[in-house]
Amino acid sequence: MIVLENISKTFSGKKGDIEAVRNANIEVKTGEIHGVIGYSGAGKSTLIRCVNLLENPTSGRVIIGGEDLTSLSEQNLREKRKKIGMIFQGFNLLKTATVYDNIAIPLRLIGIQKKEVGDRVKKYLEIVGLADKVNAYPSQLSGGQKQRVAIARALAQEPELLLSDEATSALDPETTDSILELLLKINKELGITILLITHEMNVIQKICDYVYVMEQGSIIEQGTAIELFSNPQYPTTKKFLNTIAQRKLSSSLIQQLKLSGNVLRLTFLGESTGQPLLALVSQKFNVKPNILTANIIELKNGIVGNISIHLLGEKQDIAAALSYLEEHGVNVEELEG
Amino acid sequence: MDRFQQFTDQWLPIIGKAVVETFQMVGVSLLFSILIGVPLGILVVLTRPGQSLHNKWVYGGLNLIINIIRSVPFIILLFFILPFTKFIVGTTIGVQGVIVPLVIYTAPYISRLIETALLEVDNGVLEAYKAMGIKTRQIIWNVMLREARPSLILGLTIATVGLIGATAMAGLVGAGGLGDLAYRFGHLRYEVDVMYATVLILIILVQTIQTIGNRLAARLKKD
Ligand SMILES: Nc1ncnc2c1ncn2[C@@H]1O[C@H](COP(=O)(O)OP(=O)(O)OP(=O)(O)O)[C@@H](O)[C@H]1O
Ligand SMILES: [Mg+2]
Repeated sequence: MIVLENISKTFSGKKGDIEAVRNANIEVKTGEIHGVIGYSGAGKSTLIRCVNLLENPTSGRVIIGGEDLTSLSEQNLREKRKKIGMIFQGFNLLKTATVYDNIAIPLRLIGIQKKEVGDRVKKYLEIVGLADKVNAYPSQLSGGQKQRVAIARALAQEPELLLSDEATSALDPETTDSILELLLKINKELGITILLITHEMNVIQKICDYVYVMEQGSIIEQGTAIELFSNPQYPTTKKFLNTIAQRKLSSSLIQQLKLSGNVLRLTFLGESTGQPLLALVSQKFNVKPNILTANIIELKNGIVGNISIHLLGEKQDIAAALSYLEEHGVNVEELEG
Repeated sequence: MDRFQQFTDQWLPIIGKAVVETFQMVGVSLLFSILIGVPLGILVVLTRPGQSLHNKWVYGGLNLIINIIRSVPFIILLFFILPFTKFIVGTTIGVQGVIVPLVIYTAPYISRLIETALLEVDNGVLEAYKAMGIKTRQIIWNVMLREARPSLILGLTIATVGLIGATAMAGLVGAGGLGDLAYRFGHLRYEVDVMYATVLILIILVQTIQTIGNRLAARLKKD
């Protein structure tokens, strides 16, 4: 569906050039939800704006549905954009227009017939759950409701692809969850492919199939959500994980515990999360696990469990216990103080 | 009562004529000022750095011209451009003769007010429409101007009131109007009643225009 090939974007300013995006490669297949996560200034917005050429990449190609957007004429680009919906952190609704007009005006402007406009407004307001607000003005709506209107506006164009630039960043956690559920529903029921950017790990956790971690313009790590949540490689990725699940122990604590045993992090994936493996280990081998931290992360496509333990026992018993765990699909990592 | 009767008998036709002249001057010059000032204001916004038609020469040039004209006091402008006025309308006196300087005075002012109103429109909304594949021309009409309507109306109200003030000086080229009446009879001939009457009419006129402008803007503003 979307292929971004070696996208780079350099802004030249008075204080020199800023390489906002460097050599980014992204591929989203039809029907998937991909997320880009990174800190402020990482280049996420610039990257997603390159997808519909709101920002012209300095180099690289943007291929959507087999067509390279960077080579299209102005008019063909406009046609292509009609099939790409976009939602924003700031909602970007017309303040002076009702909910109805906010959805209807763009439809009229892209040449949809009058009757069809009315039908679509009704249909998509129902999908986003705002049918009763059709005559309200944006100032009379909450942030979550405004974002629903913006989503309905995007959907009413019947796009194949939805781009989301921090759509939930201005919302409280509960409203964020309800908007994420709506995005999931759109993805499942209407089959719309979604590329989103965010700085909240929670968003990735709830709805993404595949994740890219971005830092200083580059994609430093990528993988399925399960891969990234179970086996993060880079410090930035680990820091993001720590924002939703306490995984980190202080180094003084680790050093102290190491005097009497091993300090380990066990990561459970898929099937292994359902089994009482720790209990079995302590029965089967002469080892005593002491749980330090434990958490479970529910992802869109699976579950990742994390347990840090202090494992006491003889060297060979510990080794046997660990290989037993690894055989049963548990990822074992020795923690360093 | 008698005195009032006498006053109206004597002055009503003169005051009435002055009111008509003021309306003519304000109406015609406002029309032309809008026709010139509004597109100019839109052009200044669109040629700004970072906007859809950005062009630093056009933008810089327009800014310079607008600033130069706006620095000249109306009374100077009125005489300074006499040859130009003669060239355009064939006369430099009467209502006709004053329209040209009034337009030259007001159009740049309106374009600045339009510029300010348009710049208030959230860039994000314009971008959202661009992302939906909508033409720039349609975005200007349906998003930019639409969203700016309340401020545009307030701006035009301010310009109209300013224009009424400027017409007071039109008497200097024999164009008449309320300002001229107050000046000639009230100030030069000590007909204090005439001065009070015209000033009262001017107050009511300005008050009415401002109230209508405010109401209209408030009705269009939804936040
Ligand atoms: N139009 C522009 N002109 C110059 N520099 C820009 C422009 N847009 C973005 N940048 C710079 O590019 C870098 C990346 O910005 P970008 O907005 O893509 O970051 P982001 O990851 O979306 O951050 P945030 O989470 O704060 O939105 C920043 O250093 C920013 O200052
Ligand atoms: Mg951003």
